[in-house]
Amino acid sequence: MIHDNYLYIILGMGIVTYVPRWLPLVFLSRRSLPEWFEQWLDLIPAAILSALIFPILITTGDPRHLDLLRPEFIVAVPTLAFAVKTRSLAGTVIFGMFLFWLAEKFI
Amino acid sequence: MTPMNSEERTADWVAIIKDGVIGAWPICLGYLAIGLAFGVIAQKAGFSPVEIGLMSLIVYAGSAQFIGISMLSAGAGIVPIVITTFTINLRHMLMSSSLATFMRNLGTGRLSLFAYGVTDESFALNSAKFRDGKWDWRRALVLNHTTNLTWIASTVAGGFGGQFIPAGALGIDYALSAMFICLLVFQLRGRLYVIVSIIAGILAVILSLLLPGNSYIVVASVIAATLGVFLKRSKSFAGTERKS
Repeated sequence: MIHDNYLYIILGMGIVTYVPRWLPLVFLSRRSLPEWFEQWLDLIPAAILSALIFPILITTGDPRHLDLLRPEFIVAVPTLAFAVKTRSLAGTVIFGMFLFWLAEKFI
Repeated sequence: MTPMNSEERTADWVAIIKDGVIGAWPICLGYLAIGLAFGVIAQKAGFSPVEIGLMSLIVYAGSAQFIGISMLSAGAGIVPIVITTFTINLRHMLMSSSLATFMRNLGTGRLSLFAYGVTDESFALNSAKFRDGKWDWRRALVLNHTTNLTWIASTVAGGFGGQFIPAGALGIDYALSAMFICLLVFQLRGRLYVIVSIIAGILAVILSLLLPGNSYIVVASVIAATLGVFLKRSKSFAGTERKS
């Protein structure tokens, strides 16, 4: 069975999710952009990856608070070192998973 | 366009699909774990596998779906749910803007098909691969839709009540974090990138403690990248960068 209004709700959710994904692709990919804006966009991946991952590693709870002793963060340090050293995505993912599995087991 | 016989064209597509599907594996691993968890939670909240699958197909956004399910079961109305979804997913606008620089001169149809699959994870992975070369919109599109199918299938499987993978098995919950850490390293292509990512990381942590929701991602990234552009354009930094 499908809940009342469920289809409308997920359609609404889908539209407001899709439009921000779609608009910049269609509007920016065919324009030549000013140099400062190209530079800005070039820095966005480094900025956004950092902004995504750090709070996940060192904050927890609701409301969020700082916790530097989470296994997520402790494991992140050798995982980062491994990534810098090997520059291998596959290796880093497997190494990180293995360390996290160990950490969950023994910490 | 250079003429190609059908055999060559098939071989071409086989290679593209292979690259895209194989390239997607770290995301698929992570989505499998999160998708199953989502399906189980949604099923416990009273949603059927069909409803779960429809949501994963139409919305396709992990954190928004978790929050959507909890708001729906708390009896929230359509307007607050849609507004919340919008604010959670606004960050994709930054990601699509950045990806647009790699998707030059494509038709609206292809861009629209690609836009559907822009997530935190596919953005991070495709950005690294585009930067690396040997990547194009076709491979990126295959990668996006491979991860999308994995997400839909995992959430539906979870919706049948099966956890299938015991929680914490093989460290699978850490697959996406490890991937993000490595892809961040790939993005640090010089001193400026390191500085910008440190600023973004510190700002994001501070803002995440102060602001509700995930607006800290967009705010921290925009401020850090903007400071980065100013830094790059300031003469003193350009000077030291050339020397190093």
